[in-house]
Amino acid sequence: MYEFDFERPTSVADAVAALGTEEAQALGGGQTLIPTMKQRLAMPAKLVSLTGIAEMQGVRRNDAGELCIGGGTTHATVAREARDAYPALADLASHIGDPAVRNRGTIGGSLANNDPSACYPAAVLGSGATVVTSNREIAADDFFEGMFTTALEDGEIITEVRFPVPEAANYQKFEQPASRFALVGVFVARFSGGVRVAVTGAAEEGVFRWHEAEKALSSDFGPGAVEGLSVSADGMIADLHGSAAYRAHLVGVLTKRAVAAAAG
Amino acid sequence: MPRVTMTVNGKPVSGEVEGRRLLVQFLREDLDLTGTHVGCDTSQCGACVVHVDGHAVKACTMFAAEAEGADVTTIEGIAAPDGTLNAIQQAFQDHHGLQCGFCTPGMVMSAAALLAENPKPSEAEVRDYLEGNICRCTGYHNIVKAIMAASGQDVNAIAAE
Repeated sequence: MYEFDFERPTSVADAVAALGTEEAQALGGGQTLIPTMKQRLAMPAKLVSLTGIAEMQGVRRNDAGELCIGGGTTHATVAREARDAYPALADLASHIGDPAVRNRGTIGGSLANNDPSACYPAAVLGSGATVVTSNREIAADDFFEGMFTTALEDGEIITEVRFPVPEAANYQKFEQPASRFALVGVFVARFSGGVRVAVTGAAEEGVFRWHEAEKALSSDFGPGAVEGLSVSADGMIADLHGSAAYRAHLVGVLTKRAVAAAAG
Repeated sequence: MPRVTMTVNGKPVSGEVEGRRLLVQFLREDLDLTGTHVGCDTSQCGACVVHVDGHAVKACTMFAAEAEGADVTTIEGIAAPDGTLNAIQQAFQDHHGLQCGFCTPGMVMSAAALLAENPKPSEAEVRDYLEGNICRCTGYHNIVKAIMAASGQDVNAIAAE
């Protein structure tokens, strides 16, 4: 590995200050960034590790009933501690990567990276969660801006994610077995005010909401409601694992499965 | 160079490390604990699994400086001080859970983490937990059998494949 500066602050304020220099990069659990740096696909001059910041750890409920997860919380911790409050979210976290990856990888790191095939973006967009950063709150609908692109500014850190807890929800992941990312993943959440459907792994622009399905499911929450609906293959990812048409087809299939599981 | 201090296999250790020093390099090259292997160096294979504060992690995908103050256990810390093998190690020997042995340290460390949180796993749970550990010799069958046996379960019912 090439040489770089390394800092491990213990507060968000110190981390923001450390990230103030040019070519500084925040390091979450490192499960994507470290392999990326080994390949020189990223070459930050300074890494600011967020793993020593206690205020960014843990799972709690706030007064508004939202499930609040610290940005530095690992997938394994979410899988364990969100189980009672938000089972669909815990289930999603428990199927990311493998056990050792889940013990390091963090929700904030996953969201800041916004891999178009990552699982967490589907949960955050599908829940209509709020991404809390070192200086503001960003609605999920405004956060994801395309493949590996988010609304985060340079040096801005995800300190917490606040999830409204739905009446029913489910995540269906069609796993790409080598990477264990989602070939396609669909998160469905039913709230008293309506249904949200978020799709990851499918589109070149990353996670998106399937508005047509949301509308149909908001008036009739059952797999039959999306029977005749389909998404266009335009803009879908096509690679050796699946064509654009195949991914578009999977969106429909997985949405039905998620609704059946959530409604059951 | 920054100084890092941690506990490894029950002993306090410290050393000067560059930021880029991976935990696995610190263990193998600075502490001469070469039981932890580097297979792929891309966090796929799991040969480098160690425990950091009781959690299985891939030591090739963590910097040594991130383990500041941590309690680290490697394969060298699993057996008793007199050399008596731990139950998982003994079961790997009894059930032929290794051939070339390269993946074995990671397999044993993952198995130890599994049994710590789930003392009587089903065969499916064992296979699921080993998703991030790759073996190119055994086809996993005897590894799974060894872990089931180490958990005190009857493995006669697990058919040979």
